Amino acid sequence: MASTAQSIIDGTSVTRVERASTLGACGALLHRDFVLAWRRRGELFLPLLYAVIVAALFPFALGPDPELLVRIAGGVLLVIVILAMLPALESMFRADLEDGTLEQWLLAPQPLALLALTRVIAHWLTTVLPLIIVMPLLGALLNLPVKVLPVLIVALLLATPLLVLLGSVLSALAAGARRSGILMALMLLPLAVPVVIFAAGAIAAAQSGMPFIAPLTWLAAALILAIVLAPLACAAALKIAVES
Amino acid sequence: MTTPPALAAPLLSARRLAFSRNDEPVFGPLDFSLGRGETLLVEGDNGSGKTTLLRVLAGMLPPGEGDIRLDGQPASRDSRNGRLLWLGHRSGMNESLSARENLEFLAGLYGVRPGATAELAMERVGIAGWIDEPLRALSAGQKKRVGLARLLLVPGDVWLLDEPYANLDRHGIELVNALIAEHCAGGGAALVTSHGAVRFADSRARHIRLVA
Repeated sequence: MASTAQSIIDGTSVTRVERASTLGACGALLHRDFVLAWRRRGELFLPLLYAVIVAALFPFALGPDPELLVRIAGGVLLVIVILAMLPALESMFRADLEDGTLEQWLLAPQPLALLALTRVIAHWLTTVLPLIIVMPLLGALLNLPVKVLPVLIVALLLATPLLVLLGSVLSALAAGARRSGILMALMLLPLAVPVVIFAAGAIAAAQSGMPFIAPLTWLAAALILAIVLAPLACAAALKIAVES
Repeated sequence: MTTPPALAAPLLSARRLAFSRNDEPVFGPLDFSLGRGETLLVEGDNGSGKTTLLRVLAGMLPPGEGDIRLDGQPASRDSRNGRLLWLGHRSGMNESLSARENLEFLAGLYGVRPGATAELAMERVGIAGWIDEPLRALSAGQKKRVGLARLLLVPGDVWLLDEPYANLDRHGIELVNALIAEHCAGGGAALVTSHGAVRFADSRARHIRLVA
């Protein structure tokens, strides 16, 4: 039953109620998250600033050895991006749990897992994509070889959504807990290690002129699996968060 | 869904409904039914389980014992399907967004009543002038009115209102009573909790009294 007959509030006319479509609901959530991100653009700028500062400090701390920088740049940039995106991951559902928005998610006639996936997409677009966009600048700061840059960017485009998906489950689980930041870091670490290994593997292979497709395909496979499974787990965790 | 028994069945009913937290009974067992056009007032002192009862009915807490039926069918997430509207202590709205943005987002989730718009709903609750202000600029009572505007904007059969009178002035209380009366006259139903300090408009409305 897509719609039910019901009178409007003044009781004068009986017409059909328009039920919200799932696509429309996801669009409304995306729009809301973008508006909120724009209102808090100062906050969103912080991870970017952090990444630029760390990337700028590294060459000073290691000394003027271009050869050393070329060797480590890819790995360092990978870790910088992961660390920069970690703080925002923790609060993915925090505000919505506190102001009761999650209660409305739960009661709305929409699949919770799809709302969770939409939130993941909005989160990735607003907090992680800017980090990837400044990658050429950060690569230049760390003397990253130009031929490695595209591989690094593709590896990040695959690895960061995967991490946000994993993080969404943990964030939903930890949403009710106080000071969940350190908890998040501890829980995400073991899950992030394989992602880092494959991404770093692709970068190292590209650097030494070897084929780098295999590790990237592994990342892509893991990403597809996570797109299917993580929202379901996230939805279950959100239910628990609202119930407790 | 068009079988005669389902039509005859009450909109929302509960049988031997009880809830316990850590083996401590919170409320129940309760038996009640709520038909179209009816209002049920849930009274009780603070901590007597009013909010818990509403959360169980809304499906945000699993019932410990007994069952809940919607149109005679066992209630589940699928059968609730947005037909139950919940207005709790937490508004479900983001403080950084304006009333219009919040209402439009919730309308996106739930759908819209025919002919209803955010402006009309805000006008009805008497704060049309605040529609584009961020919610954090509004007083507690005004935020409550925005929550009421949501009930007017989105479709739903059963209103589950947890302390709708809190933070409202005398006119606000009259407004809540008028909205509930209109909703019920239009074929809806409402379950309203109160700690008993407010006089409910419809003295014929049935009561459930919870004791701690």
